Amino acid sequence: MSTNVLPLLTPSDLTSDREVRWCPGCGDFSILSQLKKVLAVLGVPRENLVFISGLGCAGRLPYYLSTYGFHGSYGRAPALATGLKLANPDLQVWVVTGDGDALSAGAGHLIHALRRNVDLKILLFNNEVFGLTKGQTSPTARAGTCTKSTPEGSVEASLRPLSIALAAEATFVARTIDVDVNHMSEVLEKAAAHRGSAFVEIYQNCKIFNDGVFDYATDATIKADTVIYLEHGRPLLFGKDRNQGLRLNGFEPEVVTLGHGIRIDDVLIHDEKASEPTLAFLLSRLIGPQFPECLGVFRSVQRPTHAELLDESFRLGDPARKLESLLAGDESWVVA
Amino acid sequence: MQERDSVAIRFAGDAADGMPFVGAQFTATSAIHGNTVCTLPDPPAEIRAPAGTLPGVSGFQVHFGKLAVHTPGESLQALVAMNPASLKANLFDLEPGGLLIVNSDAFCAEEWEKAGYVANPLENGLMQGYRLVAVPMDQLNREAVARVKLSSREVERCKSCFALGVAFWFYERPLETTLAWIHDTYAKNPPMIEASTRTLKTGYQYGETCSAPLGHYRVGKAENSAGRFRQITGTKALALGLLAAAQQTNLPLVFASFPLPPANELLHQLCEWKQPGVKVIQAEDDLAALNLALGASFGGALGVTATTGPGLALQSETLGLAVISELPCVVIDLQRAGPSAGMPTKSEQADLLQALHGRNGECPLIVLAPATPADGFAIVLEAVRLAIRYMTPVIVLSDTFLAQSAETWRVPSLQELPEMGVTHAVPTGNGSSAFLPYERDTHLARPWAVPGTAGLEHCTGGLEKEERTGNVSYDPLNHQRMVAMRARKIAGVADELPPLEVQGPAHGELLVIGWGSTFGAIRTATERCRSKGLAVASAHLRHLNPLPQNVGAILRCYRRVLVPELNAGQLCSVLRSAYLIDAISLSQLQGQPFLLSEIERKIEELVIS
Repeated sequence: MSTNVLPLLTPSDLTSDREVRWCPGCGDFSILSQLKKVLAVLGVPRENLVFISGLGCAGRLPYYLSTYGFHGSYGRAPALATGLKLANPDLQVWVVTGDGDALSAGAGHLIHALRRNVDLKILLFNNEVFGLTKGQTSPTARAGTCTKSTPEGSVEASLRPLSIALAAEATFVARTIDVDVNHMSEVLEKAAAHRGSAFVEIYQNCKIFNDGVFDYATDATIKADTVIYLEHGRPLLFGKDRNQGLRLNGFEPEVVTLGHGIRIDDVLIHDEKASEPTLAFLLSRLIGPQFPECLGVFRSVQRPTHAELLDESFRLGDPARKLESLLAGDESWVVA
Repeated sequence: MQERDSVAIRFAGDAADGMPFVGAQFTATSAIHGNTVCTLPDPPAEIRAPAGTLPGVSGFQVHFGKLAVHTPGESLQALVAMNPASLKANLFDLEPGGLLIVNSDAFCAEEWEKAGYVANPLENGLMQGYRLVAVPMDQLNREAVARVKLSSREVERCKSCFALGVAFWFYERPLETTLAWIHDTYAKNPPMIEASTRTLKTGYQYGETCSAPLGHYRVGKAENSAGRFRQITGTKALALGLLAAAQQTNLPLVFASFPLPPANELLHQLCEWKQPGVKVIQAEDDLAALNLALGASFGGALGVTATTGPGLALQSETLGLAVISELPCVVIDLQRAGPSAGMPTKSEQADLLQALHGRNGECPLIVLAPATPADGFAIVLEAVRLAIRYMTPVIVLSDTFLAQSAETWRVPSLQELPEMGVTHAVPTGNGSSAFLPYERDTHLARPWAVPGTAGLEHCTGGLEKEERTGNVSYDPLNHQRMVAMRARKIAGVADELPPLEVQGPAHGELLVIGWGSTFGAIRTATERCRSKGLAVASAHLRHLNPLPQNVGAILRCYRRVLVPELNAGQLCSVLRSAYLIDAISLSQLQGQPFLLSEIERKIEELVIS
C-alpha cells in the first residue's frame, strides 16, 4: 500500500508503455499531456490513481497512463467508478468519457453518480461527433450538423452537458478547451482538489470527423468576442476591450456594451459558490453565435460525499445483530 | 382425533385479512412444535386489488409433517377461506373430505356475487363434500375484543388472530409462540396485546367447544437430528449466505441491486441486517447494479447483485465485461415467469439458457442453483468461493418460489462455515520485471490485483487481451488462445465438484433429473413411485455450468431419462446436446410449482409403457 511520503512524480512516470492510437492532430493528445502534468504534482501515489472509462476514442485514455485503469462498457463508467469508490473510498478515481459515451448510453448513469456526489473526477471530452464509429451524429451535435447518419443535417435538439450536470445536482461543474493548455491545467487542478463529484466538459477537436467545430473559441483573432472566462466574484465581461457584458433582462440573458448609460454594475457578477445553481445553469445554456460561451468553473460548492454519508450508516452496522444471532434468527429451537 | 403424517393447509383471504401473518405464525408454531415444514405464500400481483374480488385474494400455504416434507404440498387437507372470493379461488385444491374453515360473516349476497357465485355457496349442501366449519368470525372477534378500547380498524386487524386460533385448535398447536409475538409486536400498544390475546384464545376455544364432536387432527413430531433449528425462507438464506461469505472472506461486501420483485426482498433484508463492512446500495437500474458490483470487485471487494429475468437480460453486457476482464462477482437471479415483465409474482425456471449462453461472444461462466429455500445459504457461499478462486462471474439461479417459500434448517455454527481466506495479489521479486495481470495459477485464474497496491498498476477492460500482459490485442491466434483459455478455466471447475448422486436404483428403467426448485417435487414424486414398486431413480443438479464430471456416465445407466422443468425443456436440451442421449422433457409453464401428480403420471407412463 501507499506510504505517507509525497511521491515525486514526473509526467513521464505516468506514461504507460502502450502505443497511443489516437489520430494525428486529435485534441485528446493535449488533454492526456495536461492531465499527466496535473497528476504528477497532486501528491497522490500512482497506485491510488484509477482511471475508469467507457467506449469511444476518449475511452482509450486509461491504457495510456501507468496508473490503474478499467475500460468498461458503453456509458457505464460512472457506475463502475461508483462501485470502486464503495470498495475503497481512499482511491482518487477519474472517469473519462465522451459526448456519446456519457450522454447517449450513459446519461442514466452519469446523473446518478452526480446526484450521489460520489467523489469522482468526471472528464467529458466533447467533440460533438461519434469518432470511433466513424462519424455519426452525437447527442451534443448542434441542430443542422451534417454527419454520415444525418446527411441532411441533424433535426434533433442537442444536449448541453453542463446543464445536465447542474440539473443532476453536481457540486463542481466546469468547462475548458483542449488547446488552451494553461486554462485546462487550472481547471483540472481545481477538479482534482474538489471533494465530491467534479464534472468537467472539455471542448475537444476531432480532426477527422468534426474538424474546427470549436474554432470560434480557439481562434486568437476572434475568441475574445466569443468566450467569457469565468472568474468567481467578477463581472461577466468579455470582448477585446472587455467592454461587453452579460445582463439579465427579466429571466433572459442579454449582451450589453458598457457606456451609453450601461454601467459595470448592471453586469452580472459570477458566483460559483451560489447555493442555488440558477446562474450557473443560465451560463451553461449560452451558445454562439448569439452569445459568448463560458469557460472556467460554473459551480463549486460543498456537500457531504456519497462515501462520507454511507460510511456513517454502514461502518458500525447494528452491533445487536452479529452474524451468529442472525443465523439463529428470532425463533430457533434445539433438538438434543 | 385423527392421526396424520403430514397436512397441507392454505390460509386465503383479502390482502387486508392478514393471511401472510397467519401463515407465518402457523409455520413458526409448527416448526417449534417439532414438525418439518415447507411453506409457500401466494400474494396477489397488485399491491391492493379491489377487496372481495378474485384478483385480490392472497394465500399462504403451510405443509407440515412428522416425516420429511420437501414441498409446500399441493392438494390441500385444509383450507381457511376468509371470504367468498378466496373460497372460489382455492376450493379446487381442497381434497374431498378436507377441512374447510370459512368466515361465514363474509358470505353475504353482495360478497358472493362479487366473487361470481349465483347463490350462497355455504347453503343448500354445496359444500357437503368437505368438512365445513362455518364460523361467524367477524361477530365472534368483535365480541371477544368488545371490552378493549380499539379503533374499528384495530378490531378488524384482530380477526386474523381469531382465525389462527381456530386453526391452532384443529391441529393441536400451542399458542405460546404467537402470544410471545403479540407481546413483542404490540409492546407499545397494550390494548392490542390484550385484544389479540383474547381473540386468539377465543378462536381456539371456539374450535374446542363447537367443533369437538367432529374432533381434531394430530401430526406427530419429526425425528430431527440434534442441533439448533429454525424456519428459513429462501430470501433470508441467500442474505445470510452473503453475510457469511463476507465474514469468511474478510472482504467488504458491496451489494448493489435494483428492486425488481422478487429480488427486492433480498435488498430489504440486507438493509435491515445492517452489518459492518457491508454496503448496500439501490442502483438506478440492473445494468448499473452489476457495474457497481463489478467496480467494487475491481477494487478488491465482494461485488454482488440480485435481480430477476429482465434484469439479467440487461446485465448480459456487463457479464461479458466481467468474463473478459476476469473479475469475480456474483449475480443472483430470482427467476420469475417471463418473457419480458411476464408474471412478476409467479415462478419459473426459464432463465437457464440465458444464464448459460445469453451473452455476445464465447462467454462461459459458472452457473449454480439452490435446490431448496435453505440451500440458498450454501449455494451463495459456494458461488463466492468459486468466483474468487477462478476470478469469474458466477450466476446463482434461484426463483420466486424458492425465495418466498420456507423450510426447516439446521443452523450452522460459525466454526462449521468454510474457510474462505482471500489474499489479493502482492508484488513479487524485486519489482524489476513488469507485473503480468493475466498470468495464471494452477486453476488458470489470474491474480486479483487491487488498486492501491504499488507495483501492480495495470489497465483492464472489455477489449481482448494479450496472454499474460493483458495488453489490448487483436492478434488472431492470441484471440483463439484466449477464448480457449477462458473456456478451459470454467470447464476445469468440474474437477473439484462433488459427483452427482442418485436416489434409488443405480441403474435401470428411468432416471428423473432436475435442477433448482423442482427438487422437492421430483424427490417426493420418485419416492412415491418407488414405494409403488416402480424402478425409478432421481438426481438433482446444483452445478449447471460446468456440470459434474459423472453426469454423462449416470445418464447412460438408465434406459430413459426424464427432465421435469418449469420451462420449455432447457436443461433437457443441454443434456441432449452434451451427452447425446434421448432425454425426455416434462415441461410446465403455469407460474406454479409442479404438482406431484404431474410428475408421477409421467413416470408411470414411461415405466409402464
